[in-house]
Amino acid sequence: MNIHEYQAKELFNNYGVPVSKGAIAQKPEEFEQAIAKLEGDQIVVKAQIHAGGRGKGKFVDGFEGGVKLRPRAEAAATAAKMLGNILVTKQTGPAGKKVNTIYFTECSDISKEYYLSILMDRASGGAVIIASTAGGMDIEKVAAETPEKIYKVYVHPELGLQPFQMRQLAFFFGFGEKELMKQWSKVINGLYRLFWEKDCSLVEVNPLILTTDNKILALDAKVNFDDNAIYRHPDIQILRDLTEEDPKEIQASKFGLNYIALDGNIACMVNGAGLAMATMDIIKYYGGNPANFLDVGGSANEEAITEAFKIITQDPHTKGILVNIFGGIAKCDIIAQGILNAVKNVGLSIPLVVRLEGTNYEIGRKLLADSGIKLETAASLAEAAEKIVKIVQG
Amino acid sequence: MSILVNKDTRVVISGITGGAGSFHARQCMAYGTKVVGGVTPGKGGMLFDDKVPVFNTIAESVEKEGADTCMIFVPPAFAADAILEAIDAKVKLIVCITEGIPVKDMALVKSRLEHKDCVSRLIGPNCPGIITPGECKVGILPGYIHKPGTVGVVSRSGTLTYEAVWQLTCLGYGQSTCIGIGGDPINGTSHLDAVKMFTEDPATEAIVMIGEIGGDGEQKAAAWLKENCKKPVAAFIAGTTAPKGRRMGHAGAIVSGNQGSAADKIAALEAAGVAVAPTPSSIGETLLKKWGKM
Repeated sequence: MNIHEYQAKELFNNYGVPVSKGAIAQKPEEFEQAIAKLEGDQIVVKAQIHAGGRGKGKFVDGFEGGVKLRPRAEAAATAAKMLGNILVTKQTGPAGKKVNTIYFTECSDISKEYYLSILMDRASGGAVIIASTAGGMDIEKVAAETPEKIYKVYVHPELGLQPFQMRQLAFFFGFGEKELMKQWSKVINGLYRLFWEKDCSLVEVNPLILTTDNKILALDAKVNFDDNAIYRHPDIQILRDLTEEDPKEIQASKFGLNYIALDGNIACMVNGAGLAMATMDIIKYYGGNPANFLDVGGSANEEAITEAFKIITQDPHTKGILVNIFGGIAKCDIIAQGILNAVKNVGLSIPLVVRLEGTNYEIGRKLLADSGIKLETAASLAEAAEKIVKIVQG
Repeated sequence: MSILVNKDTRVVISGITGGAGSFHARQCMAYGTKVVGGVTPGKGGMLFDDKVPVFNTIAESVEKEGADTCMIFVPPAFAADAILEAIDAKVKLIVCITEGIPVKDMALVKSRLEHKDCVSRLIGPNCPGIITPGECKVGILPGYIHKPGTVGVVSRSGTLTYEAVWQLTCLGYGQSTCIGIGGDPINGTSHLDAVKMFTEDPATEAIVMIGEIGGDGEQKAAAWLKENCKKPVAAFIAGTTAPKGRRMGHAGAIVSGNQGSAADKIAALEAAGVAVAPTPSSIGETLLKKWGKM
């Protein structure tokens, strides 16, 4: 789960990590009130969307930049251009994202910029802290072009962040001086505690800055959470912003389905993430284009399958459906019954190819065969993929 | 011969009285697996299906029934605890089917598994389990698709494993052992662990390895295979067409770099002399060609 920058900064605040003072507005009439809470001649106006690259982004009406530094008197006018507008960044895709919240912050005089992130590392089985002296830059580019500017510290899950690791990072950043070391210790310990206590999958500060008066400050904040652990953080659950998510994906997640919309025209319904990906791969291999990734999982009941089938058939781009089930936990009869229920409810106007194998396959196949609905069956995945591609492409 | 499980394996099922737990306990027993006990805290003393004793703790099942393998079916919020309980009870093999365990919980479990006093191996979580065809099934894999033979299969994906196994069986080639290592970022047994065991197992003549995007487990296995394995190996990597960056945070890409992509994995495998199947439907065929059987 993702949250907005202003929400992430509130968490930073709670964990003792200094951020520049800020205030949000969600309606034009709130602009002046928000700005009045801040000090200084210059105000930073920041569009709040769940995507990076906002500063270099462009609004659909041509207005440039989702992060702007403005004289106090002009901040509200700039915010008015952003609010309700659609911001396109390299992470949003061409459709962009609507800006529903503006975050105003005080301006800081920057002496140096750094990059800092904490994420879960598969290989070491714990958190890794990634530090870079190339702050404010695209970190993937830094890693590829100037890897010497990146320093990593691996934190043992049972030990937690140790003082020597804090010092290693401090000396890498040049925070060795006593007063700076004190500030840094507070920042890094706060961020690690946030990462660990709230089950984050990512805490990223880009840039982390040193101000001209030697203060360490998080100028930006990005925090993602492990979806599997959200259940134990009710305070984080309420930060979820549903307007940032695809409505079809929200609907799917309510039923425990893992759905991702894609741009092709062959819908697929598959059990298991690996097989779902492989099904997309084979549709492409035979010259077709998948309309979605859909893993119905192992414990899907009839109702969830019905919902899954509805979601994929309601996509207007869909010209055909491929159901590929290899039952393990998932039972073929449940899948078949779910499909039949969906067809009964919403009808079926496009071609359907079904391949059922695995647990209870005999009952599943018989249910479909006896139902009288129009569908093609296939004995193998290759046959199923070839069939649906041929039908859709005519 | 086989690896990790065989006809003598004594299985205890944690979560045996739950919905999925009871269904698959019966499926395993019907397959011939020696299910010697179940564990559901508070239900100790009862009999599951009138024959399998239920215990309050895993330790009790080890002590009274000599369980050496534990299959875990408890919900995600309690699964890490169940794994730790099995480690504490010195169960040799732990197979965790549960999907959706918080990554932090698994980080702590992994740390325990690496402890010098730990005698347990974990398979999973979020996996279909392990089967030695004709002898023992510890998991949710549909039994009928397997047949005894000499191909070792290892995979991160459940259903994609079934796909590969079914192809082998239909082509007339059985399996020594099939392991689903699970789709979670932090797991107990890696591709590398599995291919090492298959390489050393005299009853395994050929290996199928199935991977997917994310992480670098497949590359590590490929590097090892190149130096150490003379048996024919075929592979398939899912996710060539998957959209980039949907699961990973921005900084995630820096740790895995290019290593998470399907293209990089395929290149590493091919460089190691592994035959990579072009589609998920041609995994069996690709192995047989490499093996000189086709």
